[in-house]
Amino acid sequence: MSTLILRTIAPTLTSLMVIYSIVVLLSGHNEPGGGFIGGLIAASAFALYGIACGVGPVRRAIYFHPISIAGFGMLLAALSGLPSLMEGVPYLTGVWWFPKLSKTVELALSTPLFFDIGVWLVVVGSLVSIALALEEKD
Amino acid sequence: MIGYAVLTPFVAALFAPILVRLIGHWAAYILALVPAFLCYRFFGYIEPIANGGRVLESLSWLPEMGINYSFLVDGLSLTFAFLIAGIGFFIVIYAGGYLKGHPSLGRFMAVLLAFMGSMLGLVLSDNLITLFVFWEMTSITSFLLIGFDHDRMASRRAALQALIITGLGGLVMLAGFALVGIIGGSYELSELLSKGDVIKSDALYGLAFWLVMAGAFTKSAQVPFHSWLANAMEAPTPVSAYLHSATMVKAGVFLLMRFYPILGETPLWETVLPIVGGVTLLVGTILAVRDTDMKLMLAYTTIASLGLLVMMLGVGGTGAIEAAVLYLIAHSFFKGGLFMVVGTVDHEAGTRDIRRLSGLRSAMPITALAASLGALSMCGLPPFVGFLAKESIYHSVSHGDWREWTIALVAVIGNVLMFAVAASIAIKPFLGRWVDPPKAVHEGPLMLVLGPLVLGLVGLASALFILELMQTNFFAPMIMAVAGREVEVDLHLWGGVNLALGLSAITVVCGVLVFMWIEKFRRGFNGVLTAIGWGPDKGFDQAICLLTWFGGVFTRFLQNGSMRRYMRLTFIFTAMALLIPIYQQNLLPGKLRFPELELWEMGVLLILTIGIIQVVLARTRLTAIVSLGIQGTAVALVFMMFGAPDLSFTQFMVETLSVVILALVLTRFKLMRQDRRSPFSIIVDSSIALSVGVGMSVFLIHITQPFLDLRLSEFFANYSASVAHGRNIVNVILVDFRALDTLGEITVVLIAGLSVLALIRLKAPASTEMSVSAAEALKTKTLKGAK
Repeated sequence: MSTLILRTIAPTLTSLMVIYSIVVLLSGHNEPGGGFIGGLIAASAFALYGIACGVGPVRRAIYFHPISIAGFGMLLAALSGLPSLMEGVPYLTGVWWFPKLSKTVELALSTPLFFDIGVWLVVVGSLVSIALALEEKD
Repeated sequence: MIGYAVLTPFVAALFAPILVRLIGHWAAYILALVPAFLCYRFFGYIEPIANGGRVLESLSWLPEMGINYSFLVDGLSLTFAFLIAGIGFFIVIYAGGYLKGHPSLGRFMAVLLAFMGSMLGLVLSDNLITLFVFWEMTSITSFLLIGFDHDRMASRRAALQALIITGLGGLVMLAGFALVGIIGGSYELSELLSKGDVIKSDALYGLAFWLVMAGAFTKSAQVPFHSWLANAMEAPTPVSAYLHSATMVKAGVFLLMRFYPILGETPLWETVLPIVGGVTLLVGTILAVRDTDMKLMLAYTTIASLGLLVMMLGVGGTGAIEAAVLYLIAHSFFKGGLFMVVGTVDHEAGTRDIRRLSGLRSAMPITALAASLGALSMCGLPPFVGFLAKESIYHSVSHGDWREWTIALVAVIGNVLMFAVAASIAIKPFLGRWVDPPKAVHEGPLMLVLGPLVLGLVGLASALFILELMQTNFFAPMIMAVAGREVEVDLHLWGGVNLALGLSAITVVCGVLVFMWIEKFRRGFNGVLTAIGWGPDKGFDQAICLLTWFGGVFTRFLQNGSMRRYMRLTFIFTAMALLIPIYQQNLLPGKLRFPELELWEMGVLLILTIGIIQVVLARTRLTAIVSLGIQGTAVALVFMMFGAPDLSFTQFMVETLSVVILALVLTRFKLMRQDRRSPFSIIVDSSIALSVGVGMSVFLIHITQPFLDLRLSEFFANYSASVAHGRNIVNVILVDFRALDTLGEITVVLIAGLSVLALIRLKAPASTEMSVSAAEALKTKTLKGAK
């Protein structure tokens, strides 16, 4: 399957897909998208890279074992529910804060954002670990 | 706040391993400060409790369900708390000496302290559910302590047996708690204690009684559940001394005392408890006389003592309660001490077989003194607290009808045999002529002799010197708390010449006689028990064998490894779940209204249909998988056309990924290219597929046809931007409104990923088909999560 064309284009394509998946993840609260979809896109990107250039480069590129990434995502999602407890509202209730960067620019940070990043990491980690394990020819 | 005090042993448990690593067994002295601190904390409660008050403290946990982290301090729980922390103090020090240099001493200390915390929580809990949680925690920590030498088969079996018996009993007890809570309208003991009449007159009283008894009888090792306690002697001696004599096994008796005002003094209570307790007393003492291992002898007399306590509580009335309370306290002192004595002898002399020990008094004078102090109290001789207890027992059952006389007879027989056992443990190893033990023997270090000596002296002093003090501060408040009413308590060492004293005299005379001929009794009991040849311990093994055999048969029937069979079963049940309601409630839609379709909509439907037909007709597996992808993509288009971009987006990605993953599975595992089925299985499979399809279609049509309830959709549409700052309703539902669901979903994704990884790594030929199904399952979950 790893033809010359695919091998040449795969790194670029993968980078674009991962960037796009992050865009989808972050814009998901207002536009179509979110952690699940973004995670699926990024997972396909890594799977594609693995098919084109072999599993080794993918494992080196993402550095951590994909299942650890998924585990970290799980932890992040679970922890993102804690700040609401400090505010005295039920677990996982969204807590928002809007730090002002300048007079006109306001940042919207929230616990659901971190929750969604956790979802993204779980989906990416789980699917990539499956795909890479299957792609490995040992 | 007593709720925090209960947590201190757990916190200390976290630091125990580090401390032991730093300073070795000396850490025991520092860790013993924890129970010392707890005793200090509890001192503040003595005065208000002695004046008839009680202290309630509560933190909300799940207040909607009546579950709170709440605590009740009264005479009963305070005395128990003192016993746990006080004896715990000496046990921690003793353990430091006993396991000196053991590589796992840190772990041992940690679990021991965790047990102490659980036990304190158990006795101090006001809420039944909190009590249950601590109850099970004592089972778990006890499991870890019995199985401390986990490389020995016998330890592991004993630990497992204890966990299974007490754990199962605890679960049954939980059902009883729920029932009592429902009848009484509260889970707080402080409220239930005054609602005894309501509960006792309820139609479900009998059921609640038996369920709660299941917990009490298993924990307190009543016949026929007693074998776990004897086997638990596999544990290091500090554990036996603490858990299996002074504290944990008393949890069952504690429960009976706690529930005395709630469930007690009924005909059922006063029939069941004396019978169970009496049988346990006799069985325990007979087994104790038969044995030659001193630790096991003590363990069996513990079973017997627990039986005696249950029996006394079953007799009912304030006199019997007084007897039970006194005996419980006396027993904690002398049995904890005697266990430590036996442990010291074992530690220093290298054996605890009573036949191989003799004349140790010159080598171990302090241990011998501690042994005689404990044994005198156990024999019920004056001026020890054991004497008070035994007098009280005889006094409470010696002025009534034939029922009380029967109980008195059982008590006398039990006490005679216990007298003989106590006498042999105190006399045989220490007096007589010198016999060389397996190890060069010398007196135990301070750490080993401190506990038994102090406990023996306390057993002496509390009857001789500080009786008044003990009575006003501990005995009387505890008796009143158990009885649930005001009781006059007036204890004296010398109560005048009466029937009870006569029974005591008979006990002593017979006890001495049995002690002198104990070899004969031992042979006699041994012969009888060998002739029977079956006991609950064997029965336990048989039950476990039966369970594993049944589990094996059942698993082989359900999980025979054939993927096709799993899928068939799953879809047959799905079809039934769909079609049976449709048939029963006649949900078939009368007239179908076909919507006007645009040309491109028809085109998409056509692609979808062609995809499906292609899946069925495909010659090779790969073609079928790709065709399934076509069908899935068409479904994604349908979502897109009807305004569900998120769902469509996800569907596209899932289709792509699942085709990739399934194709990878095909290349990796050497499956046959083609999927050959017999004509019969084609007929079966296709009819299952058709039934599920028809069922699902009819079901969906029925749901959507007359009208669709849009209240939820409207709610989310109205509030998602204003409350959750997001305009994408689907995402807001996922990460905010229903975030807990999503947390569950991603857990499933993670676990599916882990299991697929494990399956791939297994590399067994049998796992091929399963990987395909796991990938399918993952696909379904992911899609469901994004919905």
